[in-house]
Amino acid sequence: MSTEMKRRIFLKRSLAAGSVGIAAATGLLAPQQVLAAWNKTAFEAKDLDSALNALLGSADMSESGEIKVKAPDIAENGTVVPITVETDMSGVESIAVIASNNPVPLVANFVLGPGALSFVSTRIKMGKTGDVIGVVKAGGKLYSAKKEVKVTIGGCGG
Amino acid sequence: MANSIKVRASEKDGVTTVKALMTHPMETGARKDSKTGQNIPAHFIQEVVCKHKGNTVMTAEWSGGVSKNPYLSFKFTGAAKGDELELTWTDNKGESDSMTSPIK
Repeated sequence: MSTEMKRRIFLKRSLAAGSVGIAAATGLLAPQQVLAAWNKTAFEAKDLDSALNALLGSADMSESGEIKVKAPDIAENGTVVPITVETDMSGVESIAVIASNNPVPLVANFVLGPGALSFVSTRIKMGKTGDVIGVVKAGGKLYSAKKEVKVTIGGCGG
Repeated sequence: MANSIKVRASEKDGVTTVKALMTHPMETGARKDSKTGQNIPAHFIQEVVCKHKGNTVMTAEWSGGVSKNPYLSFKFTGAAKGDELELTWTDNKGESDSMTSPIK
């Protein structure tokens, strides 16, 4: 093979590799654009206060008897713990669900649109025994209620 | 990916109850593969948006702490039987799926 031929092949290959690189780069950028609203800092925070500060702008909350957190007393399987948070308060903007002893305590945040009732139900993972905390944002203030769940088998990792 | 969502919405006395099940692994990124000892990369739904007549009724933002094949239920007012409800999820890899279901 002549030097000229080798040069041609080399050029072709490097061009091909170049376009793949560009495609990968744009592909990596896309998810961030789509999920502009998702609060990365809050959902990766390792402790409760910084998660709440990042998500709701404050970690200052008062306990309220008007919030009902429904969860089992004992969860045999920590991978699936059914929970429900509801309240009769007015002016509720969002409901956050926290598992206090999880590696990443903030599990979910539900932003209620106009017409939505203050009721959310889902299933969460719990690493070990701890409190499930429902944090309700109403009229710019934070209110919370908690329920302890004993976990027999953990649901995070290992 | 079109069948990853199951939605049931029913209206009674002005209140619509929505129950949804999504098929998704919901990997936190902290779990180890028992064979290789490597961490399984995070792969979880970050956002679920539910719309009625173009208005966002509810937005759920999730971490990997929501169980595998997530279940979600919520209630809202202002919809009638026969209206359509649209539910869309997006995960941390940028994948998404959407489903439109009539309210019964």
